[in-house]
Amino acid sequence: MVVQYLAFVIFSAFAIIGAAMVVWSRNLVHSALFLVMSLFGVAGLFILLSAPFLAAIQVLVYIGAIAILIIFAVMLTRSMTAIREPFNAQSWLGAVIGAVLFVALVAGMILPVWGWGSLPTLPQSDVVGTTRDIGIALVSADGYVLPFEVASLLLTAAMVGAIVIARED
Amino acid sequence: MASFLTTLLVVAIVATTPLVLAIPLIWIERKVAARIQDRLGPNRVGPWGIIQPIADAIKLIGKEDITPAGTDKVVYNLAPIVAVASVVLMWACIPFAPNLIGVDLEIGVLYIVSVASLGTMAIMMAGWSGNNKYALLGAFRVVAQLVSYEVPLVLSLLIPVLLAGSMGMQDIVTAQQGMWFIFMAPVAALIFFISAQAETGRAPFDLLEAESELVAGFNIEYSGMKFGLFFAGEFVHVLTNGVLIAHLFVGGWWGLGVSAEGGILSNVLGLIYLVIKTTIFYFISLWLRNTLPRVRIDQLMNFNWKFLVPISVANLVITSLLLKISQVAGFAVDLTTNASFTAALPMTLLLLGGNIALILGVIAIYGFNIRRDRVQEEAQAEAIAHAPSH
Repeated sequence: MVVQYLAFVIFSAFAIIGAAMVVWSRNLVHSALFLVMSLFGVAGLFILLSAPFLAAIQVLVYIGAIAILIIFAVMLTRSMTAIREPFNAQSWLGAVIGAVLFVALVAGMILPVWGWGSLPTLPQSDVVGTTRDIGIALVSADGYVLPFEVASLLLTAAMVGAIVIARED
Repeated sequence: MASFLTTLLVVAIVATTPLVLAIPLIWIERKVAARIQDRLGPNRVGPWGIIQPIADAIKLIGKEDITPAGTDKVVYNLAPIVAVASVVLMWACIPFAPNLIGVDLEIGVLYIVSVASLGTMAIMMAGWSGNNKYALLGAFRVVAQLVSYEVPLVLSLLIPVLLAGSMGMQDIVTAQQGMWFIFMAPVAALIFFISAQAETGRAPFDLLEAESELVAGFNIEYSGMKFGLFFAGEFVHVLTNGVLIAHLFVGGWWGLGVSAEGGILSNVLGLIYLVIKTTIFYFISLWLRNTLPRVRIDQLMNFNWKFLVPISVANLVITSLLLKISQVAGFAVDLTTNASFTAALPMTLLLLGGNIALILGVIAIYGFNIRRDRVQEEAQAEAIAHAPSH
């Protein structure tokens, strides 16, 4: 139990420090690398929550594909790597939204302890959260087959759009 | 506390094994390359030059640790560590024998693929932080190559998962008790082998360190042991691919006299069988590396996106369709429980037939396309030859 607690602290530190440095770093490539660190921390938290499938997908998709494409895009635009000052004009808006979200999440957890409202309860189910269960839930008719198919349609549309934009003629 | 210490010990052993293996692997690699090129190879240090890699390692450690001017120091120093770590992490859930495995994760195969993708990250970090345009060009090629070849790799990896009904490495190996998956899915095995070779970045796919084009590629600014770490990572990656193919397609530690329950005899024999199978695939990989010329970047991408990916998708569709048919027809066997050779035979023949049909279809389509292109080219040449001259 102590080991799990220690792991939780380490992974949380990875996620939080990484996320903070994404915003504060003066170097765009460093920001992208800190994003990787943050995502890695989140993957670790998924493992502690007994969701190994999500953790592996987190590493494979977010670090293995998305983060690498971000870094690739930054490297390709040479002028971007030379920028040493934060230049996001909407940083204040982002900060406000982030703060509101943070306060809402913390309030949702703390207020029930003081007797206002009730703690959000997890949906009761006998599903133990193995990969097989996730798979069955995703494609069974009484599960999430409709959102799943709509999401794949969206991804296909995005892919077709990308190909259309990339075509020269 | 005792269990925690045991875990710690297992972690140390599993993490050290691939790194120690890298030392003899360098010698084997050089010897095999030398024999293929009609040379003797290292033969000065020790009998048959067997301790040459140790001498090399001492030399690499003794070299001056140079950090070029203008590098991004943290990223520069982190890159070789991530490169080796991504390969070593894969060994956490690779079984050695019926009872010898670091951790038998439920998502074993997915875990291996996801930590392997960290290697791409490491090469990008190395290419960018060195502040060198050749290194950066090498890193660009990495994204093009490694990310592209991950698609057929994962698609062909799905076939053993589909057949075994599990992503756990031990489950996939146990499911091959009666019949190796290579007989059920030869196309998937071949595609996996080709994409795995591309993932290691070795000839004929060694564009990320094409010496004649990029001087040295992404690792150009590295020297001493940091340079050595990239190579240690690459050597171990090739071996890891051998182990993975052995496990996924030719039954891993299964062999005569091995029982799934374990026991000392089973574990020892299982390890020996695994080493033999791995060595065969490792050798084939070296053989390809030393005999095939490098492909061009456009050939590399065309081969992946216009050849490997469509075939992998078709293969996946055909295999799952045939599995469903055999289930409906009633001769499908649950490979996790009942898996004797004769019981698995009808299903194997059906899947093998599907694979052969796929291969014939691919040959027919490509033959037709090539013939059509040639006719067009000849018509164009004819038109130019007969054009009225001015």
